[in-house]
Amino acid sequence: MSNTTYQVPTMAEMAAKGESPEVLFWVGCAGSFDERYKSVTKAFVKILNKTGVSFAVLGPEESCTGDPARRGGNEFLFQMQAVSNIQVLNGYNVKKIVTACPHCFNTLKNEYPDLGGDYEVIHHSTFLQQLINEGKVTLKGGGTFKGKKITFHDSCYLGRANNIYEAPREVLEALDSELVEMKRCKTKGLCCGAGGAQMFKEPEKGDKDINIERTEEALETGASIIASACPFCMTMMTDGVKSKEKENEVKVKDLAELIAEGLV
Amino acid sequence: MNYLSQLLFLITVGIATYILTKRISRIRKNIMMGKPLDRSDQPNKRLNTMLMVAFGQQKMFKKVIPALLHLMIYLGFLIINLEVLEFVIDGFAGTHRIFAPFLGDFYTLALNFFEFLAMAVIVSCVIFLFRRNGLKVKRLSMAELNGWPKLDANLILIIEISLMLAILTMNATDQIIQTRDLAAMGMHPYTKTGTFFFSSFLIPLFQNMDTTALVITERFAWWIHIIGILGFAIYITYSKHLHIFLAFPNTYYSNLEAKGKMENMKEVTNEVNMMLGLPSESSEQAPAEIGRFGAKDINDLNRVNLMNAYSCTECGRCTAECPANITGKKLSPRKIMMDVRDRSEEVGYSISKGGKGLDDGKFLLGDYITAEEINACTSCNACVEACPVNIDPLSIILQLRRYQSMEESASPSSWNAMFSNIETSFSPWKFAPTDRFNWADEVKKEEMN
Ligand code: SF4
Ligand code: SF4
Repeated sequence: MSNTTYQVPTMAEMAAKGESPEVLFWVGCAGSFDERYKSVTKAFVKILNKTGVSFAVLGPEESCTGDPARRGGNEFLFQMQAVSNIQVLNGYNVKKIVTACPHCFNTLKNEYPDLGGDYEVIHHSTFLQQLINEGKVTLKGGGTFKGKKITFHDSCYLGRANNIYEAPREVLEALDSELVEMKRCKTKGLCCGAGGAQMFKEPEKGDKDINIERTEEALETGASIIASACPFCMTMMTDGVKSKEKENEVKVKDLAELIAEGLV
Repeated sequence: MNYLSQLLFLITVGIATYILTKRISRIRKNIMMGKPLDRSDQPNKRLNTMLMVAFGQQKMFKKVIPALLHLMIYLGFLIINLEVLEFVIDGFAGTHRIFAPFLGDFYTLALNFFEFLAMAVIVSCVIFLFRRNGLKVKRLSMAELNGWPKLDANLILIIEISLMLAILTMNATDQIIQTRDLAAMGMHPYTKTGTFFFSSFLIPLFQNMDTTALVITERFAWWIHIIGILGFAIYITYSKHLHIFLAFPNTYYSNLEAKGKMENMKEVTNEVNMMLGLPSESSEQAPAEIGRFGAKDINDLNRVNLMNAYSCTECGRCTAECPANITGKKLSPRKIMMDVRDRSEEVGYSISKGGKGLDDGKFLLGDYITAEEINACTSCNACVEACPVNIDPLSIILQLRRYQSMEESASPSSWNAMFSNIETSFSPWKFAPTDRFNWADEVKKEEMN
């Protein structure tokens, strides 16, 4: 493997060489399997490579954090997942984890400590913000996004669940774009409709789907990019934009994709 | 005659205290039906939360105009109740405005301030009555409020207006009586108090009455106010208005952890550790008695959940922010809280009558709250964020879901499918676990520049 291509080292490979990375990138199930979100994973890996961050992934050893099982009420299954994952993570002596999924982030950060998994966990929005602040990310000046209207859709599991509102916005501002807010944003942000395991079932009877309500609000801002920072929000907003037949004018993009596009 | 009124006062206060104590102890017992929950940590932070959220009404100020009107009523009640101290002393001692001679001009100033607050309370309550019944604000006119909750809300406003009017009437007639010659009637003259600005506008209404009628009116207003306050205190224990007391402990004991964190079920951890062959924390200790997994009825919930239900003002701020409710689903976090309270009251009442209590064949889940409601929740925490007294409807919803899944295996079928995907392929979707790392193949081939 030559060093001119992107590297995705696994924990197992590193351990075999007696090395340990600074940070573990927890990819998550959506990041590993979902066609759309895989490109977010790749974008983030490219950023990690280009900024020279020492990282590794678990690769085939990764497994669902258990979040959807827990929210669906199956505590037993959640804990089976969590305890097994913690054994793997502790086996590699992991100290710091970064993930692009707010649900994984919340579970790893807030829920694993009760089961013996204590790590410093950061969401990729905060991680990107830190890279930008440290000057490690250099963006093409005035290029791709200059003057473009971008609106940010708050993920419930980043925002209200963990009080992260500013990091993703600072990342977007670094792009030199024009950040426009939806009527309901930050603490009042409206859910995309997928949290709490809703992603994995049809909605209950109602007058409207939640993602349509949210997409309408996003479209009202006149933004040409809806930025998100969560795989479930990504799916829901993309579906919403499609059902409004706006997919040619309005794109739904993850923060990591936007930064990767703007990288020098 | 004086002794008679003192005796009457004593009896009135006695009866009210008796009923009130019984009610408080009933509510306490109802809340104690819940499971204990240790929230004795971080007392300073808790105190601070209570001061900011309950005393300082921090979260009310997300909507400024209702917050200001509500603040007027709140301050009015808090401060005007200082005057009740005088009422009580007068009532027991058979005196009249016992503080007036001691405080002199300050008494006049204080009472003018109280009257200003009384006016502010009246104005605010009238606006609230109009908003509730005339403007049809959605969260205040939803079907879940039909019947008692709507009547309750209006009654509270009307009682508050009446209590304030009683004060103003009493002060107006008192001022006229001060100018009359009571000695001629063999009575002690009324203490001079100086002019009360707001109530003096009412003087023309009573000016033409003879002195006896005036004294009767003044005394009547005094009694109405004191009986009104005592009655109101009892009334609120049956009403959503209980938040005026419970908001304080409720915010003190509110959740201080990240909102996204779900409470860990220790009893499950022990089993999981055993299954995975790991040392389990309490393997040496006798296993704690395991009730139900999750919650089916109020005694499965914790005490903070139940106190939450008694603290709920039914304001609907939670429901107005709930994505499920906004899009027409049955779920309403406010209704969840109302159901928990109704069920607690039902069980408590039955127990107090020697009835079956919890074993009446009814359950919170099923008879009050349906599966359709709890399954619609996205766990978005909008309700928790919106609640002005830090109530957590989500915690209850998630405990009900735990019961549904772990005791009944009655989760929606797509969830059951998702559970089995996680069990067999370690991902909520049905993909081969060996394909998990395939995404890296392409990116590894790409040139970096
Ligand atoms: S957490 Fe559930 S009940 Fe509360 S607002 Fe969100 S969807 Fe509604
Ligand atoms: S739970 Fe809170 S926000 Fe909801 S109705 Fe009750 S007091 Fe209002």
